[in-house]
Amino acid sequence: MTQISQVGAAPVPSGERVPFEPAEAGEGPRTAGDKAVTGFSHGILIIWSILVILPLIWVLMSSFKTSSEIFASPFALPQRWSFDNYVNAWTTAGIGSFFVNSVIVVVGALILTMLFGSMSAYVLARFTFPGSRLLYYLMLAGLTFPIFLAIVPLFFVLRGIGLLNTLPGLILTYAAFAFPFTVFFLYAFFRSLSKSIAEAAAVDGAGEWRTFFQIMLPMAKPGLATVAILNFVGLWNQFLLPIALNTNPDNYVLTQAMASFASQAGYSVDFGALFAAVVITVVPVLIIYLIFQRQLQGSVSQGVSK
Amino acid sequence: MTTLASGGVASGVSAPPGGLRRIGSARWRRRNLTFDKISFFLVFLVIPVAFYIGFVVSPFVQAAYFSLTDWTGFTPAMNFIGLSNYAKLFTDSTFLQAMGNNILMAIVVPIVTLGLAMFFATLVTVGGSTRGNIKGLRNSSFYRVISFFPYVIPAIVIGLIWSQIYDPSAGLLNGILTRLGLEQFTSFAWLGDPRTARWAVMFVIIWGLVGFYMVLFIAAIKGVPAEVFEAARIDGAGRFRTAVSITIPLIRENVQTAFIYIGILALDAFVYMAALEPGGGPDNTTLVMAQQLFTTAFARGQFGYACAMGVVLAVITLAYAGLVFAVNRIFGGKSEVGE
Repeated sequence: MTQISQVGAAPVPSGERVPFEPAEAGEGPRTAGDKAVTGFSHGILIIWSILVILPLIWVLMSSFKTSSEIFASPFALPQRWSFDNYVNAWTTAGIGSFFVNSVIVVVGALILTMLFGSMSAYVLARFTFPGSRLLYYLMLAGLTFPIFLAIVPLFFVLRGIGLLNTLPGLILTYAAFAFPFTVFFLYAFFRSLSKSIAEAAAVDGAGEWRTFFQIMLPMAKPGLATVAILNFVGLWNQFLLPIALNTNPDNYVLTQAMASFASQAGYSVDFGALFAAVVITVVPVLIIYLIFQRQLQGSVSQGVSK
Repeated sequence: MTTLASGGVASGVSAPPGGLRRIGSARWRRRNLTFDKISFFLVFLVIPVAFYIGFVVSPFVQAAYFSLTDWTGFTPAMNFIGLSNYAKLFTDSTFLQAMGNNILMAIVVPIVTLGLAMFFATLVTVGGSTRGNIKGLRNSSFYRVISFFPYVIPAIVIGLIWSQIYDPSAGLLNGILTRLGLEQFTSFAWLGDPRTARWAVMFVIIWGLVGFYMVLFIAAIKGVPAEVFEAARIDGAGRFRTAVSITIPLIRENVQTAFIYIGILALDAFVYMAALEPGGGPDNTTLVMAQQLFTTAFARGQFGYACAMGVVLAVITLAYAGLVFAVNRIFGGKSEVGE
């Protein structure tokens, strides 16, 4: 603070604010205070970090233990670092094939919702027409209403078109529920792009289609990347839609497979394999996260400040 | 509004040519409707919106209708029974208990999570040296990366991890507590005791969300022009005062959004419960409305009744959002910090 008064206030000709500084202090030298605050901050944040990391490390360690070792002591290191649990999780629980299902569903839904969402957001951002305000409210409803309200009719909608318990059915549903968020986010983004560019394209003879795909969409790349990342995480973690609409065990996605595996493990008490399955589920996402963490954190802050 | 609604929905679902003419604004009427434009509107707006209405909006509307019937789902027979489902709901002690649990969670989880997130975000952004420009804490990206971890772990997996940590005999928590000499926790069932179950569950949700909102608040605080903080400092505001009187009012919009997101999540909470307390917990102390809805629909086949639960859940969610907006407005208008 003293430093501030020197650096920050020095250029200001009137020195009248400087005397306020010591009076406000009343708690000893500022630099010591600074150090205390910094130390305190680090202390608190380290405690929280440990609280976050410790459970994950414990899961990793337990994934190498046998069930009897797990019950013997929560701390002891495994006697033998074997991958038996991982083999069991992969083969008996079939984590691998559920992983593939998840990838298919999430990528399919992501492509669909990004395409539809960006197109609609663009139209809504560029043109005003009767009903555009209504569309806005419809999107808002989709964002705020709990999915639970829709789940029962949705079950029958999908059954009606023969897509219940299928991956395409899940893809369509995922895409539809990610649609309003995508539109909201990209609407703000397309709004910020200058209209004159689209008009210049029209003057140069580009049709609406070409303007969108060759000019506007490439310009919106940062926004598209952000919303794609957020949608990916959201859809990858989706749990309610699959357990209600996809009850065929062959078509399970990873999240519901984990839940069903855990309830089975409760009977056969193969906790080692359960821990291994958790690690298999988490590690790929964590690696992707560590690679993209900068973009992802940026996305989050953009996504909610819009 | 009502006429608008019917017109908009119709144009979204059905005949494109008629819909298009209605869509055409002044700007559009001046030009000829070429194939390019018609196909553009059709593909860019009508098809996506129809898809959205079919899969999202219409189920919402249908749910409201089904809630007035005694439909069991597996026969087409459906009797209109008015508000009887709702009357039944408000005498259904299990559902009312679930509603109470949800409301408690919607109060505790957002306040604790966002309070912690704001506290950590403040430490990261203004915990650094006060030398020269306002500085954040050194090496704080480490904390951000770590705290954000749980956000990328599926909620169901978070639940499974913690159900193992809470395990009475083999869990990490009791292991640590007994190591510390607290023998009474040797085989304490955190999730099985009605006194602790709901707090244990809420802790898991909070654990999973703090980092996400911390990152959000850090970004929001960094978006505030540094001069504002400089000015506050020069005027003699301490760190605490700055956080309360400057930072929070300036990022109020972000806080409001965060409250709404997390409140919606706490009113749902289904995923966490599916992993931690699939049976509703001891004495139903952790039962949530969503679980009750799910069982009523897919295990008991009482679809009409389940839809009524969905409507109640939606109404509570909207009321919660309205409450957040109202609170923000009440505390907002007066202490506006000029920007």
